[in-house]
Amino acid sequence: MASTLLRTTPAIRAALRTPAAKPAAALFGTSFVRSKATLPDLPYDYSALEPYISGKIMELHHSKHHQTYVNGLNTALETVEEAKEKGDFTKAAAQAPLINFHGGGHLNHSLFWENLAPASKEGGGEPSGSLADAIKRDFGSFDTFRKQTNTALAGIQGSGWAWLVQDKTSGTIGLVTRANQDPVTGNLQPLLGIDAWEHAYYLQYENRKAEYFEAIWNVINWKTVASRFEK
Amino acid sequence: MTDVAASSTAGAGAGASASASASGTQVVPNDFQTNIQYAEMEYPNPPKMAVQQYSLPPLPYAYNALEPAISEAIMALHHDSHHQAYVTNLNKALASYAGAANIADQIALLPCIRFNGGGHINHALFWRNLAPPSSEDAQNPEASAPNLAAAVRATFGSFDALIDRFSAALNGVQGSGWGWLVRTAVPQGGLRIITTKDQDPVVGEEVPLIGVDVWEHAYYLQYMNARPQYIDAVWTVINWTEAEMRYNHGRDSIFDELLAHMEADP
Ligand SMILES: [Fe+2]
Ligand SMILES: [Fe+2]
Repeated sequence: MASTLLRTTPAIRAALRTPAAKPAAALFGTSFVRSKATLPDLPYDYSALEPYISGKIMELHHSKHHQTYVNGLNTALETVEEAKEKGDFTKAAAQAPLINFHGGGHLNHSLFWENLAPASKEGGGEPSGSLADAIKRDFGSFDTFRKQTNTALAGIQGSGWAWLVQDKTSGTIGLVTRANQDPVTGNLQPLLGIDAWEHAYYLQYENRKAEYFEAIWNVINWKTVASRFEK
Repeated sequence: MTDVAASSTAGAGAGASASASASGTQVVPNDFQTNIQYAEMEYPNPPKMAVQQYSLPPLPYAYNALEPAISEAIMALHHDSHHQAYVTNLNKALASYAGAANIADQIALLPCIRFNGGGHINHALFWRNLAPPSSEDAQNPEASAPNLAAAVRATFGSFDALIDRFSAALNGVQGSGWGWLVRTAVPQGGLRIITTKDQDPVVGEEVPLIGVDVWEHAYYLQYMNARPQYIDAVWTVINWTEAEMRYNHGRDSIFDELLAHMEADP
């Protein structure tokens, strides 16, 4: 990763670092116009989800883990660009697993932060309106949906996520799990994501992950989930 | 599926005959006999046979013996809670498998057996290929593992090169998984570094010599997101004597030795 950066000139590196890279990129021609992934700000304080998710977990999760996915995605995309310019398509293709992993990690966490909220504000409770109707229609009841989600989360072997998703064709909603950082793509629209990686709970809950899966319902931002559903 | 359905009908028939007999009705004894034979044909291993159960092997050293590389708190949770959960869930899955009504139900249990059985094997191997940092086993790979050392030089050039390559593989594991130094199947097999996802064990022809757990639970309480620091530290607690023993012995004898620690007393 470091060697990739060293091969670019300092001027380009400086340009890549600034969000407004356009003027500098123009100097080098359109092939250098790229937007970089950046770490989004959390929409609340690190400690805002306590006592359900500790401030320490949130800080590490956002400022270290998510940042690493952002960096990894940018590095992989830069490597693709460089390989493309050299006609080294083998090297470009070899970045695919890294783009999936780090790109997925960036997308998943960005969605995750937004679909959480402090329990003292929008967090917790139950959805209302058309989302509530859809949950009742496709799961029978909110309680059944909750139980099935927790079962899906507990059943993940290794690292991964559980998602409430909407089928773009039929409009029905359902649960899926994804391994590692595989993002929800294709015909499924992600509505609500829950991170089941150990880093999401270990400092507070250790091996008692079922307790984390119970607690997180207190900080689900149903307003965000509903707005994704109504899109 | 059809055969299974036929069998359960036959079983019900046998029960009906027995109760008819108790109430004094004349029955043809051969009907009962035939049904039993049929059932035995369907279930060559009837559930009443004891199912092999597994138990948590004790750590071969104290919980704090790997400090400062791996903290006591991590070792206690990792062994007593995580490894124990794999053993408990493996035993449950094996019992369900033995009692499963049909092949479809058995197949449905295979991922659970693979995951928890793999977790049991992997952790049993892991504890034994670690040793206190001050021990001769950990400090002196050249003396503790003479044959393995020759193979390491032949394959990687040096122990340092092996450690560099192994570390890169461990850092590259996406999500939960393990890295392994294995001896390949060929006679006088060479060395190779492989990774396995989640709890997939090394169960083919390859012989696992050294396993390193890179699930977050293996390091998070001490190193948090800094997996590379955990990996650097783990090299100070490798039991090279155990790795040499595994290198010198066949796959079967390694697993025989391992299973003696893993199986519950009947
Ligand atoms: Fe995460
Ligand atoms: Fe582990």
